[in-house]
Amino acid sequence: MDMRDMTAMEIGKEIREGRIRVGEAVEFCMKQIEEKEPKLNAFISVCEKERLQKRIAEVEQGIKDGVYQGGLAGVPVAVKDNICTVHMPTTCASRMLEHFVSPYQAEVVRRLENAGAVIIGKTNMDEFAMGSTSETSAFGPVKNPCNPEHVPGGSSGGSCAAVSSGECFYALGSDTGGSIRQPSAYCNVAGMKPTYGTVSRYGLIAYGSSFDQIGPIARNVEDCACILETIAGYDRKDSTCVKRDVYDFMDGIKSGVEGLRIGIPEEYLKEGLQKEIREAVKKAAEWLKECGAKIEYFSLGLTEYTIPSYYLIACAQASSNLERFDGVKYGFRAKEYEELHEMYKKSRSEGFGMEVKQRILLGSFVLSSGYYDAYYLKALRARTQIKQEFDKAFAKYDVLLGPVTPTTAPPLGESLKDPLAMYLGDIYTVPLNLAGLPGMSLPFGVDGKNLPIGLQIFADCFQEKKILRTAYTLERAQQRREQ
Amino acid sequence: MKKIDDEMMESLSVLSKLYLTEKEKEKMKEELWKILDYVEKLNELDTEKTKPGVHVFENSNVFREDVVENGDMCEEMLANAPAKKDGQYEVPKTIG
Repeated sequence: MDMRDMTAMEIGKEIREGRIRVGEAVEFCMKQIEEKEPKLNAFISVCEKERLQKRIAEVEQGIKDGVYQGGLAGVPVAVKDNICTVHMPTTCASRMLEHFVSPYQAEVVRRLENAGAVIIGKTNMDEFAMGSTSETSAFGPVKNPCNPEHVPGGSSGGSCAAVSSGECFYALGSDTGGSIRQPSAYCNVAGMKPTYGTVSRYGLIAYGSSFDQIGPIARNVEDCACILETIAGYDRKDSTCVKRDVYDFMDGIKSGVEGLRIGIPEEYLKEGLQKEIREAVKKAAEWLKECGAKIEYFSLGLTEYTIPSYYLIACAQASSNLERFDGVKYGFRAKEYEELHEMYKKSRSEGFGMEVKQRILLGSFVLSSGYYDAYYLKALRARTQIKQEFDKAFAKYDVLLGPVTPTTAPPLGESLKDPLAMYLGDIYTVPLNLAGLPGMSLPFGVDGKNLPIGLQIFADCFQEKKILRTAYTLERAQQRREQ
Repeated sequence: MKKIDDEMMESLSVLSKLYLTEKEKEKMKEELWKILDYVEKLNELDTEKTKPGVHVFENSNVFREDVVENGDMCEEMLANAPAKKDGQYEVPKTIG
């Protein structure tokens, strides 16, 4: 079997059973990177050869000794460049952190390495994860492997493009308002945002702290479940981390959807949604019905208030989180300055890109005296009400189904002209972040231009397993029809 | 709703510690205004009796004993400093 078509778990099995060596799997990815990077620009850094050889030897020995027994041992992985690693720079795709090498590992990186993963590189993204196209990167835009004239989505565009193109077998991304799910939909890969607090944020460079979650990006649903099992877990270094009862996300994934109550929010199918995506959602609903699920269309309240609430809160938290970049302890410092204050201001002005500056300014505005109540608190109150709407929905349904994005991937160079229009494109993804819900983007066919369509499957907090069961069922149904 | 004027832009650039060129200021003013105009929509909601939802789960503060757990990482930390001197961060003179 060609490695090109294999999932992370398949590669893992081949490695464990001695048919593929760790070095061969890594070599395969390196070759893909060499061939495809000039066009895609999915990576910001690739691991140095010497370090890589050392790690390969370590992992091969570890597998032999039975230290690494999990499904991902020896499988090459890419990590989004806002997740701290000690062996490679962590730039957040910003001039501000261009030469930053973290003195500590992010908790997810520690967990990956404990499972025998080989981290081959750090992926490109929107600067500080702010954007929906991976075009705001200080290191140039990422191209969509399905069609390089189009964006891969963002902000985890590099991670999704790398998995989609075969440069790695799986990747980690982060999702603040859809940054895993949206590029997954655009790039034809499966991506999941877990329930807030499931994966430690320790070592994830903060954007909107009350929304940020790290999650898996892979070629299929089972891989996502396996990766999530590897990276999830309580961590006292992240005070928002939740102690959950259940972490065995693989368990029961194949048990089907018989009797599952699945709701489709009518508001998610209204005007503004590309016709082929609407049809895909309806087709998926039919298939799930054939598999024994109960499907119902229903009205989900307050959908139109999610974007305003989300952007005010996200920018407020961003402006506060990004205060730390002052050119003193790490990061970019301007060359010329007279005194301390000027050093701060010049360093920040030269180090940050325009999209980041705009969000900091908006955040400073909504947090400033005289506007705090009217904007920030108002948005937080709206958030509570939006969460209540979801609580009502989950009293009736186990799982919700809908689109990930209003359209398939837009052409490069169009979205940044009108930021507000770009923000509106996040309408189906941000509600989950506001309410902390887990959600998944599953590849589900293509549109007339051959661009991938993603389905969003989501559920109440801590109900990842219901999502994975539903997604797995749909994935199998697709495969059966293709055969 | 008050339009973002030059005075407000000036104050925001102080709060954000960002210098903006005249051209940037004009562009930002316009973008911010568009966004703020759009988020006005939230005022349609009656939120008088609703509590602000800062976090999804109502965690109370999480405390731990104030014990140092990591070792001395002075060198690693300073390796990222834009300027350093004698094992410390170097900044411009702050007291006259």
